[in-house]
Amino acid sequence: MAKQYEAGVKEYREKYWTPEYVPLDTDLLACFKVTGQPGVPREEVAAAVAAESSTGTWSTVWSELLTDLEYYKGRAYRIEDVPGDNESFYAFVAYPLDLFEEGSIVNVLTSLVGNVFGFKALKHLRLEDIRFPIAYIKTCGGPPAGISLERDRLAKYGRPMLGATIKPKLGLSAKNYGRAVYECLRGGLDMTKDDENVNSQPFMRWRDRFEFVGEAIQKAEQETGERKGHYLNVTAATPEEMYKRAEFAKEVGSPIIMHDFLTGGFTANTGLANWCRENGMLLHIHRAMHAVIDRHPKHGIHFRVLAKCLRLSGGDHLHTGTVVGKLEGDRNSTLGFVDQLRESFVPEDRSRGVFFDQDWGSLPGVMAVASGGIHVWHMPALVTIFGDDSMLQFGGGTQGHPWGNAAGAAANRVALEASVKARNEGRQIEKEAKDILTEAAKSSPELAMAMETWKEIKFEFETVDKLDVG
Amino acid sequence: MPQTTSGDYQTMNTLETFGFLPKLTQDEIYAQINYIIAQGWTPAIEHEHPGNAFDHYWTMWKLPFFGETSLANVVNELEECRRSYPDHHIRLTGYDNYTQSQGSCFVVYEAR
Repeated sequence: MAKQYEAGVKEYREKYWTPEYVPLDTDLLACFKVTGQPGVPREEVAAAVAAESSTGTWSTVWSELLTDLEYYKGRAYRIEDVPGDNESFYAFVAYPLDLFEEGSIVNVLTSLVGNVFGFKALKHLRLEDIRFPIAYIKTCGGPPAGISLERDRLAKYGRPMLGATIKPKLGLSAKNYGRAVYECLRGGLDMTKDDENVNSQPFMRWRDRFEFVGEAIQKAEQETGERKGHYLNVTAATPEEMYKRAEFAKEVGSPIIMHDFLTGGFTANTGLANWCRENGMLLHIHRAMHAVIDRHPKHGIHFRVLAKCLRLSGGDHLHTGTVVGKLEGDRNSTLGFVDQLRESFVPEDRSRGVFFDQDWGSLPGVMAVASGGIHVWHMPALVTIFGDDSMLQFGGGTQGHPWGNAAGAAANRVALEASVKARNEGRQIEKEAKDILTEAAKSSPELAMAMETWKEIKFEFETVDKLDVG
Repeated sequence: MPQTTSGDYQTMNTLETFGFLPKLTQDEIYAQINYIIAQGWTPAIEHEHPGNAFDHYWTMWKLPFFGETSLANVVNELEECRRSYPDHHIRLTGYDNYTQSQGSCFVVYEAR
């Protein structure tokens, strides 16, 4: 017999708290860290999160009876304590696949982190992890090239790649900027990067920058015999302008362009990733605004979720923090989302903040970018933490060298290759860092000078967003 | 007084990985070969005239040595290749069939 319509307000848990539910392989699963208002039962809050991020609204409506809500509703199916925290708890929610448009990270996020985050019954809410079903992953384009294809195109094997963000961030003319790029590349870096703030300001319009940088890349390749690139930032005010810049970057011969995926937005990012795939270009992704979203331990979205979303939306490089440099980043947590970028399967591992098994299927991997306040002394640690499939990016750590960018770049390259060589020989390079670098500096005055310049610089502050452990 | 030349960095023509280190000694080369074998990768040798070194494809020296786990055999092949092509660069690759890429690749001998 068909159900009867009863108007009114019901408790969310009547419909949306289903502890007996066994999630399907095709369900999209989410783990939220929930901090409810005092006095509201956990099950009710968890159910409210499931309802408000899927089919529910605060009052029963008659038109619900025209559809099969049992098929479409999100379900809170599990609640767990947060270790070492009495105030918050984890709520696990399962969403049926058909709630989401194929290949649309925009649509997934609009549901999962939409209105529900402003819900009054909640004090704080944080999206900790999403398990994307393989059925959904197969609808996403993903990285335009991926790690293996990037290595093949650039002929860089068996080591991390080296980069630098061109400094000063703002104010250089196009020709002087190209000079700074050329010096870094001829000195031994693989790539350089536009600072994220550099778009097309009055002091340096994009077209002029692209032309001079194009010449810098070409000249450096001819003189060094190695393949080079510079991430030309095509982040722009409108998609039309963005594509125009991307086309020109291809024309000047750059193998790679760059986009800021959070300020630019997922629509722009996914479109640009598709363009890159069709045009044989690599896509470097910067993450301005991420700390606004991911740094508070009880509210927002954990970066591991943003990283997963980026891999689906598309990008060949993503900034992940350095663990050792000037920017926030817990080691285990960072390794947790670096795995999500690069591996084809990542098992649940609470010690790394990974709440679900995640099968990435055949989606290509994203290179992890370590950037921010790093220098030659960090090199052995960076090689250990990030492994070969990473881009180690030294800004001040290249261009702050007393003899200039080229010497700074050479110092980085010698330190990197010495670290990789020692690792392959079976040495404990993090422990033996000083010996390895000192030995390498004997044949590289540039490295010796860099080691002298940065010997006292450390960034040791407590991490604000720690993993939840008892 | 003459200016110091230590701040003058001259561009080097290099051959990618390990191009910035002093020439590897025999023992150091052996250690890298052992690393490739220990990773379960397939050693392979390629050679090319320095004028074409920038090309993606160098000429293969025989087929990759599938299933090879002996350091001595790989070293012998390298030496044989070097005797046959003394004026070529010779590089060693570790093919990784899981990533479908090269886990390692470096120039062992530069052209004489």
